[in-house]
Amino acid sequence: MRAIRIFGRSIRDAFKSVLRNFSLSIASIMCTTITLILVSVAVVCAANIENATKSIEDELSIVVYLNSSVTEEEIENIRADIESQENVADITFKSKTEWKEEMSAYDDTFETVLNYLDENPLMDSFILKVNDVEHLSETSEYIKSITGVDTVKYGEGMVEDIVSAFDVVEKIVVVVVIALIFVTAFLISNTIKLTIFSRRNAIEIMRLVGASNISIKLPFIFEGFIIGLIGAIIPICVTIYGYVILYDVLNGHVFSNMIVLIKPFNFVLFVSLALVILGAIVGMIGSMRAVGKYLKI
Amino acid sequence: MKFIELNNVSKVYRNGVTALANVSVSIDKGEFVFVIGLTASGKSTFIKTLYREEKPTSGTVMVGGLNVGKIRNGRVYKLRRKIGIVFQDFKLLPKLTVYENVAFALECVGMKSSEIRPRVMSALERVGLKHKVRSFPGELSGGEQQRVCIARAIVNRPKLLICDEPTGNLDPDTSREIMKVIEGINKDLGTTIIMATHDRDIVNRMKKRVLLIEHGVLVGDYAKGSYKTHESN
Repeated sequence: MRAIRIFGRSIRDAFKSVLRNFSLSIASIMCTTITLILVSVAVVCAANIENATKSIEDELSIVVYLNSSVTEEEIENIRADIESQENVADITFKSKTEWKEEMSAYDDTFETVLNYLDENPLMDSFILKVNDVEHLSETSEYIKSITGVDTVKYGEGMVEDIVSAFDVVEKIVVVVVIALIFVTAFLISNTIKLTIFSRRNAIEIMRLVGASNISIKLPFIFEGFIIGLIGAIIPICVTIYGYVILYDVLNGHVFSNMIVLIKPFNFVLFVSLALVILGAIVGMIGSMRAVGKYLKI
Repeated sequence: MKFIELNNVSKVYRNGVTALANVSVSIDKGEFVFVIGLTASGKSTFIKTLYREEKPTSGTVMVGGLNVGKIRNGRVYKLRRKIGIVFQDFKLLPKLTVYENVAFALECVGMKSSEIRPRVMSALERVGLKHKVRSFPGELSGGEQQRVCIARAIVNRPKLLICDEPTGNLDPDTSREIMKVIEGINKDLGTTIIMATHDRDIVNRMKKRVLLIEHGVLVGDYAKGSYKTHESN
């Protein structure tokens, strides 16, 4: 019961303190707001780059054409050999008959030409998906060397370049996001430290009248929590409205149809949740650290 | 065992200054004791060792059976709840009202609100400030602020009230009123009072036991009423 009372009073005192130290609270809230907006922008960029890389990678497939002379048994051996490659995620066989049907359905001219020939000139093939686009060329080189394989086709060069460029950008953005989170933590906890510095007399008095360390800390921790929450409101609005508008204006993709943006919902909600949690936790930790300094004799 | 016992207590600060040197003294429950001495004589350090704001370098300080010097930082609050402290600069929380300032000492013990209210009101009544409950410290005179400080110190009914120059910032008339309040607490509630002061007028007039500290050494322990006689000789 006693603990609950102390807990309840700490929450009440935290709200009172936010209001009674209004100008200091506003300073902390503004600082939280600005840094959280930066974090939000960085997170949105990172997530979209990650998404674009993923979707390009998913689209990408290697087509392995086999010599027309291969037997059924050889085809099975080639399949086993390809499957043994770690980088191969998925393999499907497409026979020359299937190719013929597909091409005939696609265009009448093909149909006529193909029917005109006695023998099907097309080749049996495997269509592969890879795990890691970075090692695409090595995988394709290996497959090329298997006996019975005629040619290996994929968007050589260009795709790899795009993907590796994206990879670099993504790594940079991730570093920026992590750095920003640290900067946020540092800025918020420093601002709160300043506000608490101005109240070190209050902390001293609390200790003198017999407040335990935890009952001194609790109101400050809740105060940090409240400041973090309030500070997250504007960044959340910016994220939700900003991203939805951006998505509409760009029609869901950037530069070309290949780079698709993440759909606004539920993406913005996840980012908002992350901002709230980040703001609240950083606020709480910042306050805790700052008060702790004044609780030692 | 005496209520307060100091045994060969010495305090040497990090900068090498000796604030207390082998002070031994005992004080009974219900006594009213003045601690006097010039500025920087060590009387503040003496007072601070009683509520564990300073740890003695050597010797033992016992208050109500507790070895004060041995209390860990995280446990100091347990001692503080048993004693009331009145300061020269009042040390009120400026953002809290008079009522909240006094109630604060009980709230941090986790007392029920329904029990806090009558206690706070009776403490404020004792110091004559019942009508100022909603005021903030900044709106009160020095004497009134000191009364709030006293009310806060006695609201948890301590056995010991420590006063560190409570009249240092007040004019003679207000000082007299404050001393009346403190004396009333000693007489009516039986609270032990230890008060550091350099207001000779108060010490002479009230005729209580006096401890005289000079350069950190307890040079005189005058029984009730004997200090003034000693001075006039």
